[in-house]
Amino acid sequence: MGLDWFSALTDSLVSNTLLIFVSLLLITILRFYLPRKQGFLNLFVWIILLTGGWFFVNNLVMDFFLKEKTSYQSLMTNTWPLRIAIAFLINGWVSLIGYAYYSWQERTVTEQQKNDAEKLTKEAELYKLRQQLQPHFLFNALNSINALIGSRPAEARNMVQQLSAFLRSTLKKEEQQWVMLEEEVHSLQLYLEIEKVRFGNRLTTHLEMDADALTLQIPALLLQPLVENAIKFGLYDTIGETLISLKASNEKGELLITVENPFDLETASAQKGTGFGLSSVQRRLFLLFGRNDLLQTETKENIFSTTVKVPQPYLPEVIKTLDNK
Amino acid sequence: MNYKVLIIDDEPLARSIVKECLQQHPQLLVMEECTNGFEGVKAIQQHQPDLIFLDIQMPKITGFEMLELIENPPHVIFTTAFDEYAMQAFEANAIDYLLKPFSQQRFDKAISKWMELSKTQTTTSSEHLLKEAAKHPAQNERVVVKTGTKIKIIPVNDIHYLEAADDYVKIVTGEGSFLKKQTMSYFEEVLNASMFVRTHRSYMVNMQQITRIDPYEKENHVAILKSGAKIPVSRAGYPKLKIVLGL
Repeated sequence: MGLDWFSALTDSLVSNTLLIFVSLLLITILRFYLPRKQGFLNLFVWIILLTGGWFFVNNLVMDFFLKEKTSYQSLMTNTWPLRIAIAFLINGWVSLIGYAYYSWQERTVTEQQKNDAEKLTKEAELYKLRQQLQPHFLFNALNSINALIGSRPAEARNMVQQLSAFLRSTLKKEEQQWVMLEEEVHSLQLYLEIEKVRFGNRLTTHLEMDADALTLQIPALLLQPLVENAIKFGLYDTIGETLISLKASNEKGELLITVENPFDLETASAQKGTGFGLSSVQRRLFLLFGRNDLLQTETKENIFSTTVKVPQPYLPEVIKTLDNK
Repeated sequence: MNYKVLIIDDEPLARSIVKECLQQHPQLLVMEECTNGFEGVKAIQQHQPDLIFLDIQMPKITGFEMLELIENPPHVIFTTAFDEYAMQAFEANAIDYLLKPFSQQRFDKAISKWMELSKTQTTTSSEHLLKEAAKHPAQNERVVVKTGTKIKIIPVNDIHYLEAADDYVKIVTGEGSFLKKQTMSYFEEVLNASMFVRTHRSYMVNMQQITRIDPYEKENHVAILKSGAKIPVSRAGYPKLKIVLGL
């Protein structure tokens, strides 16, 4: 019992077009409404309803075209369960694919948002950590300049220039994360020169930098709080002269920096761990490298030393050559 | 009439600017310049100044701690760069405070303010000033005491317990005990409450020093310290101990 080509063509055209329409409808639903845990039952009901609807509309249309064709009617009587089953399976598949696609897309979007938010808080925190401890230094430096203007104007002028150069170097560095040690040490020297004017002959400094360490990279302004801390405890925990020493070396490609200052053994326990500077550096190193073992402190007799290990960023050679250009 | 003045600041340039400003006030004579609180205590005893210019952040002991060591502190004008805690203290109590860098006009204003005040009252009530100064963060990390002519800085961790003794508080450490003219309630306010507990009207104990707590007579307890010292725990003190110990 054959079916003429017109009936067959109309049948497949109508049912498949309608099926495509249903699939598109399902995809649109999923695009705006992605089922959560309980929603899958809803989706299942929707698939059944749409399959039923498809079958109903299909019959209506086919009745309109092929009312008199008995061959079609008998074929329909034999195959309708199969047709519904196939349509249900197709709709199910389309929903599954749509669900997988949209949930993947949603996840990438939320992941992106999460990353952005994390980056923002991290940057804000790093910024805050770099900003600490400035006002006290600044106002005291200005006070020294104020005093020098009357008695020694040339020195006042020199100090204004040093202070400006130092402030400029800290401002410029806000944007760039990594700098060469040489650059960092340069602004530290400016800072120490200003402090030497403030404290007179109470403060002496000793810098010992290996040549192959100077070209290594360091997060901008990382050393600043360490030196501030050394000055604070060196000068405020002792009465006499204070030597602050700074050493840098290249240990198998990693940058190793030691800052040393004297302290008073007797009153030391009161000071232990109070350095805000140290905890801020520790936090910054953790945010940058996810490690807590990069900052070590040690006391030997009346010398307190802080050692920082700085792992180099990816491909230091590339960065180095870029910097040299 | 001439007045005796001291300048106490660790930065030489900061002292020189005060001296420069003082040139406009020839009736104020600078007796001595001190570079830290120890020198300050000595100079104040020696010269009995009418007015001192005092920095806060100085080596070893702060300006506040220095004032605590003096029986009848002279009038004080603070000179400081930036100290958020000290600001609170200044607001009501010091004669004046000069924020570095200050102008001659501002300096003159502080001097005339002092002149006005010294006419009306002979001594400042330093008590209130010191109470406010206790908010300074250094105060809850260490206690500064005077033993004879020596000044001793005791880190609070080293304190075993505090015992009231008339107008004084006896501070007992591993190295011996020291007297400080202060009240128990002052220490109760200043010291970290999770570290020091007032177990008794006359006793405050460092929690890290307690090895065990035994019952003692009826309803009372006694805390045994690592050093073997026995500290009375009153009926009111026992619940406080239990809270800090998390019992």
